[in-house]
Amino acid sequence: MGALKSTPDPIEYADLSEKTGYSLKQIRVLHKRFRELSDGDDVLRREHFRCISSLKYNPIRVEIIEAFFNRRNFSPSHQGSADEIGFEEFLVVMSHFRPPSPKITDEQRKNIRREKLQFIFNMHDSDGDGLVTLEDYRHVVEELLSRSGALGKETAKAIADAAMFEVARTVGHKDPNEFYEGITFEHFLKLLSNFDIESRMNIRFLKSDVNPFCQLCC
Amino acid sequence: MEAKLAPATGGRCCTCWRELTAGFHVYHKITIWVPESCLLISIGLIVGAIMHSVHEEPPAVLSSNVFFLYMLPPIVLDSGYFMPTRLFFENVGTVLWFAVVGTLWNSIGIGVSLFAICHIEAFGVQDINLQENLLFAAIISAVDPVAVLNVFEDISVNEQLYIVVFGECLFSDAVTVVLYSMFTFVAEMEVVEPEDVFLGVARFFVVGLGGMGFGVLFGFVAAFTTRFTSKVREIEPLLIFMFSYLAYLVAELFAISSIMAIVCCALTMKYYVEENVSQRSSTTIRHVVKMLGSISETLIFFFLGVVTITTEHEWNWGYILFTLLFTFLWRGLGVLVLTLIINPFRTIPFNMKDQFGLAYGGLRGAISFALAFTLPDSIGRKQLFITATIAVILFTVFLQGISIRPLIELINVRRTNRDVETINVEIHSRLMEHTMAGIEDLCGQWSHFYWKDKFMKFNNRILRRILIRDSRAESSIVALYKKLELQNAMEILDTVSGDISAAPSLVSLQGEKKESTTPKKTFMAEDLKNMHDLLSKNMYKIRQRTVAFTSKHALPNDNQPREILIRRHANIRRSLRHGSFQSTIPRSQKYFSLPTGQNLGSKYSSVRRRYADDHETMSEVAYPTRRSRFNQPKRSSSGAMMPLHMLETLKEVPSTDVLNESQSESFSKDHGKPQTGSSYSDSRFPTHRRHFNPPFDNNNGSADDLRNEDEAEEEQRRRHRGALRPPPSWAAEPRDDALRNPLLRRPQWNPKK
Repeated sequence: MGALKSTPDPIEYADLSEKTGYSLKQIRVLHKRFRELSDGDDVLRREHFRCISSLKYNPIRVEIIEAFFNRRNFSPSHQGSADEIGFEEFLVVMSHFRPPSPKITDEQRKNIRREKLQFIFNMHDSDGDGLVTLEDYRHVVEELLSRSGALGKETAKAIADAAMFEVARTVGHKDPNEFYEGITFEHFLKLLSNFDIESRMNIRFLKSDVNPFCQLCC
Repeated sequence: MEAKLAPATGGRCCTCWRELTAGFHVYHKITIWVPESCLLISIGLIVGAIMHSVHEEPPAVLSSNVFFLYMLPPIVLDSGYFMPTRLFFENVGTVLWFAVVGTLWNSIGIGVSLFAICHIEAFGVQDINLQENLLFAAIISAVDPVAVLNVFEDISVNEQLYIVVFGECLFSDAVTVVLYSMFTFVAEMEVVEPEDVFLGVARFFVVGLGGMGFGVLFGFVAAFTTRFTSKVREIEPLLIFMFSYLAYLVAELFAISSIMAIVCCALTMKYYVEENVSQRSSTTIRHVVKMLGSISETLIFFFLGVVTITTEHEWNWGYILFTLLFTFLWRGLGVLVLTLIINPFRTIPFNMKDQFGLAYGGLRGAISFALAFTLPDSIGRKQLFITATIAVILFTVFLQGISIRPLIELINVRRTNRDVETINVEIHSRLMEHTMAGIEDLCGQWSHFYWKDKFMKFNNRILRRILIRDSRAESSIVALYKKLELQNAMEILDTVSGDISAAPSLVSLQGEKKESTTPKKTFMAEDLKNMHDLLSKNMYKIRQRTVAFTSKHALPNDNQPREILIRRHANIRRSLRHGSFQSTIPRSQKYFSLPTGQNLGSKYSSVRRRYADDHETMSEVAYPTRRSRFNQPKRSSSGAMMPLHMLETLKEVPSTDVLNESQSESFSKDHGKPQTGSSYSDSRFPTHRRHFNPPFDNNNGSADDLRNEDEAEEEQRRRHRGALRPPPSWAAEPRDDALRNPLLRRPQWNPKK
């Protein structure tokens, strides 16, 4: 851990809090973690993420790491991916995981769902063209199954195919030409309409401080 | 003389009413509105009335020993074994919180308030001291929401509510029994010192946790034992029962909570045992567990009815009415307060409706009665307690049991939204878990995803290796997929009469295809449309996998299979026939077939072992792509074997690649697997086996590589369930048969426009 920078202005925190919805305390915790990860630097790079030892065993770590550098997660209008991110971007990506406050309107809930699903969609859609093709999906399934022992690519393929087939069914027989290129975000929404993502995709900040066991290995 | 008659009459009564109960279920309408416990009690009441009128005594079989040693274990084992584990562990904190703290709250609250009113002279119950009141309160707090669970399941309330009610019932039984023994002990003491109280509390925890530890230990031992029972399948169920019961008895021996022991044993054991034992054993175990549990519970309710009429009651208006009042009051308060405390820790907090369901669903039942009935005689007011317990039980079961259904429907409790299990949802669940675990690692925040992840790792690496015979870590995605495929294939058998009206269009398409490939785009859209229409008419219904929650009185998988619709997209036969299409063609969704007599697990495991090294080319043999000699005379190298790329941006795949792939696939086919000739183990599994071409026949390439779904269809049609066929030699089959089969629609997936 290099020399830590001095804590930024609380005013900046307030701004960030406005923007991302996290409380000041949570932002402070995250900032501390940010600095830990980035070795005191102001920006995070991909190598920094690779330092996290426990992440090594995660089958989809590549997608997770990429998600942080994916500009589309910073704001919907951006494209492409960045090489390094600052704390603000880090926080914006993390804001996708903020638990919704208990009392929200239906409209807000829908928006939150949309945001979270957009994040997942971006995770699938590696080339950023707004479509999740069969290859993308297959790749995801393969990775998920990679921890399950000696299942070959064939299974992953079969499963991904079946999944796409389900998409086809869910989406309905619309213009068949258009559909088979890949899943668009709208289809994706429809597909996962049953999925209670707003309750699953949350980080709960039960601890006020970073857990000492989440060590970095470098 | 009379004594001799009594057991005989009792026996006859038992059989009679059991048949009556079964009869009631036939008339379904009744069971919707009247919970089964009500019926049982009513029958008991009737029988009791009969016995009373002929001045007979009910058989005095319900002694403390009999109850605790023979009747309670099956009930608890039943609940424990059929507890939906994943749901349970997701909500374990809440469940334990409500069960333990809730029961304590109830007991102490009711006990103390009853003690308070005991001082009121008008009621004439001043002789009941605090210990006895607490004892009585502990008895009364045992919740038994069987009726409620049935209602919940019928309405499909949200799973959190379901599992909390279910789990609470189970663990509150444990807590109650512990409290009961504690308070009986204390009640017999003259004076209670503060240190006794302290010891009591400490004992409570030791007993509870000790029970859990024991249970888990026995669970592991049982699982370990089943690893070696592959040669002696018949005794597997016996082992399971033996170990559970042993856990119970040993725990009793050490005076720790036997209910906790047996429940934890069942929970731990189930996961590993279900993988080790054969299909038949598994079915047997489930059926027997259910059966024993049902018998026990029914007997107890029956006794309740009989005893109500035949014993001498001591009725005390004040005490009993206040008991009722306090029961409701403290339960309601308890639920409110406890939910308030636990809600911030839950991802899905309970809203008011859930809380109402929870509070109103606190029926009392069999356990309370049995505990009251078996109170030691040293308790002065035993009769009063029995009467009061019976009153509470009758009141809650009849009133609340019958009214809960309309009420729940009226207030519109949040329903479960896991209606359809699709592969996508499963994939995304997994994805979500891994993502969350990853993000948590990233942020240094631990939460239950982290623990779950850690536990799964531990499980896969260590536990499964030790406890399971063939421990390949299996993803739940694959498990679901397998199950869906299996049932899919099974349904194919059912839906023999597919829609054949679309056959003409196939012919026309054939004709069309003979033309050049250029107009293919236009007709493909049309073809696609046809395919869509056709497939939509031939939706295969697939039974859902094990239901997330199971009713206490019904076995899982047996009631109301919910149907998942998965389309089967079929291979493009035309392309093979005409050999002119080079475009990528989707491969058919695979059938898979199981040799008869084998069970699912063994098949997979054996295959997996064989192909363990063959990573690249190994396919999950569960889904063998079906090969058959194509009945067409000759086909040119038509780039026939196309992997399933319907949804990908279409590109021309050179046939060589395809060929390689198909060859590798065929390689991995489990060719030459013997077909067992025994009868089904389970009538559900399709019995046919594809006979695979030996892979080396692929010289003429595509011809053999085809998946020919029509052939399979033909075969399936010809088979009955239970009939057995030797591997068919792949004679050429008349094409018309194939044509008639709607599945032959091989949709031409649209190339990129």
